[in-house]
Amino acid sequence: MKILSVKDLEKISKKFSKKLYDPEGVKVNVGMASCGIAAGAKTTLERALREHPAGNSVEVRQTGCIGFCEEEPLVEILAKGKPRVVYKRVTEDKFADVFRDYLEEKFNKKLILGQMRDPRSVLEEDRENPQEKVKPLKGIPFLDEIPFYAHQVKIALRNCGYIDPDSIEEYIGRGGYFAFVRILAEMKPEEIIATIKKSGLRGRGGGGFPTGIKWESCRKHPGERYIICNADEGDPGAYMDRSVLEGDPHSVLEGMLIAAYAIGSAQGFLYVRNEYPLAVKRLVSAIKQAEAFGLLGDHIAGSNFDFQVKISTGAGAFVCGESTALMASLEGKVGRPRAKYVHTIEKGFRDSPSNLNNVETYANVPVIMLKGADWYAGMGTKYSKGTKVFSLVGKVKNTGLVEVPMGTTLREIIFDMGGGIPKKRKFKAVQTGGPSGGCIPEVFLDLQVGFDELTKVGSMMGSGGMIVMDQDTCMVDLARYFLDFLKGESCGQCTPCREGIKQMLEVLTDICEGRGKEGDIELLEEMGSMIQKFSLCGLGTSAPNPVLTTILYFRDEYEAHIQDKKCPAGVCKPLFHYEVDAKACTGCHVCALKCPQEAITGDKKEVHTLDRDKCIKCGICYEACKFDAIVVR
Amino acid sequence: MNTVHQELSAAPEELDYLELDRIIEDEYGGDKENLIMMLQAIQRRYNYIPRPGLTYLSEKTGVPLSRIYGIATFYATFSLEPRGRNLITICLGTACHVRGAKRVQEQIEQNLHIGDGQTTEDGRFTLESVRCIGCCSLGPVVKINEDVHARLAPDQVAKTLNRYE
Repeated sequence: MKILSVKDLEKISKKFSKKLYDPEGVKVNVGMASCGIAAGAKTTLERALREHPAGNSVEVRQTGCIGFCEEEPLVEILAKGKPRVVYKRVTEDKFADVFRDYLEEKFNKKLILGQMRDPRSVLEEDRENPQEKVKPLKGIPFLDEIPFYAHQVKIALRNCGYIDPDSIEEYIGRGGYFAFVRILAEMKPEEIIATIKKSGLRGRGGGGFPTGIKWESCRKHPGERYIICNADEGDPGAYMDRSVLEGDPHSVLEGMLIAAYAIGSAQGFLYVRNEYPLAVKRLVSAIKQAEAFGLLGDHIAGSNFDFQVKISTGAGAFVCGESTALMASLEGKVGRPRAKYVHTIEKGFRDSPSNLNNVETYANVPVIMLKGADWYAGMGTKYSKGTKVFSLVGKVKNTGLVEVPMGTTLREIIFDMGGGIPKKRKFKAVQTGGPSGGCIPEVFLDLQVGFDELTKVGSMMGSGGMIVMDQDTCMVDLARYFLDFLKGESCGQCTPCREGIKQMLEVLTDICEGRGKEGDIELLEEMGSMIQKFSLCGLGTSAPNPVLTTILYFRDEYEAHIQDKKCPAGVCKPLFHYEVDAKACTGCHVCALKCPQEAITGDKKEVHTLDRDKCIKCGICYEACKFDAIVVR
Repeated sequence: MNTVHQELSAAPEELDYLELDRIIEDEYGGDKENLIMMLQAIQRRYNYIPRPGLTYLSEKTGVPLSRIYGIATFYATFSLEPRGRNLITICLGTACHVRGAKRVQEQIEQNLHIGDGQTTEDGRFTLESVRCIGCCSLGPVVKINEDVHARLAPDQVAKTLNRYE
């Protein structure tokens, strides 16, 4: 059916919100984003469908990622008048037990992540809470009470894990497309831009440029204008955009539609990283549905506004996350950036005015338009408004995606929400901003997240990747890791980046392999400074950041590598060895059994010995020992 | 990015030019803006990009061969050499690195006697590294064909590889 007015949306919304919140029988939602699938959700879904085929009283559906990736596969079960319960680690073999647990109302704490107090999205506050009259379960925490979720405010992630991403009707059921259709009927482009400006929305891909000003500038330039969505998400460790694309693709389409109408564009592009095939699949389906509903294509919602969207895939080049390189890639060329004397909002794709925004930026737009600029600007800090999605990964207990108001501290995110460091190890640093960012040590954990705070200590918020490290991470090796990555991804055009990174990498490799010498640290600082000043694009100018921040905050580790020829963290193989700590060893023999080289010997209950000649330092024994008896020397 | 190859390997089989026409013209309209996606489609069909495929693409789109070669060697996903039956993609992104991906990589390399970008002699496996598949909370992550293996430990490598013919 074609949507022609808000009334048409309201009809669908009423019908589908009932399906979402008030099912006839039992509803089973299986989290089917890439992380869920990696943990086994696909086989869980298949099992669930086999046991409850379509047409009977149990409805099995897929949803996106609800964020708590550490506990995937996550399965939510709900029924009319009953609590909504999210079960954790539901691999295929556990599904039957979990389902029975819900039906028989046993509610075994060990299987459950939590119960949902209020499933409504931020756009549904005028509706009644469907769980209002349901008697809550005793002894089971509410999801919004558990620390991982307690600080979160879901705007970009509002529908992830709540709707089937392949259903435009469910998107509409939770308030989707109301912003766009209303705007089309009632607002002028200048008013839309004014609202976005007033909200203080800044680019969520890392650049942080004020979105309203970007749209306003783009609109001023004559020519055929293009709306482009940067879904390349190249920062390793960051997957916020993937989650939105897989769990709520329509939120991005709606944001692009609003931008297109405000700026005056008839053609949009979604440039998606090719490592995200599921995101591409969901987007293709979403675009088809939007077209079928008359929300994409010609005469959208019966108006004079036309807008088409085309999907283009990347091919494994980090540099194509940079705006000019992305646009070159969109034109079927090699992804080499150009100097930005003329910005892409004036001359970008096909040398025409182009508005490029990140996935998360677009996902925020419909909410800002419906709830108002003041509401959005009421969250966050003075210069960083609204919320930000972070991927909390690495050495942290509760890994996953969190969306928090700007101004939340790193400590709250890592220790309250993240649960701190696993295996009783010690926090060492948190890396933010991807390869352009830096490592932040413990002393700065009370910094607030936002565009400006983290730059004060040499890092940046970036696209939202937050990688936590413990005592087992070698900061020198990490710096080398980033440079190795950037060397491979450099487009090669300009000398400071192409040659400079290569030379810095050689110095770092020497240090990690025991050939470091006096003066190396100063040399790295000098080269780093030069590369920062003279590179052509952001990849080069930010490449030295990880090295320079690790030197600043972990100089002692560099000195240990160079002067003592030791790697205290036990990573750089030529600079450490493993030993059995005779005082801690209980002779449990687990390490000996797991060692692939049979390098550990000993009788049960006797202190074991490690043969250094056979040891290849794979670390399997170190990870396996429950008594901390394998030590780094 | 791929290193520059001294010589492009010749195709071991005759190319299906009707299939290539379908990809280039029907699916992608012969439009040179779609070059990257055309190359991806050709690679999906042959498991790599055969040299005559590059030449044919140049003829059909009018883009010089040197440019197409440039694209095929700039973007890391393209392979100009035949790849094995099973493609092992190991994620070396930061989150996976911090959780020990390097050690998993070493186990794979030791087990199969190949390095990054290489294929086993019997054509069973090709190993490629990638920087982030997006499953960062479940690292280390290794993808084999379409299967994503999460939370992989070095001592599970042999068992996992044995599942693939």
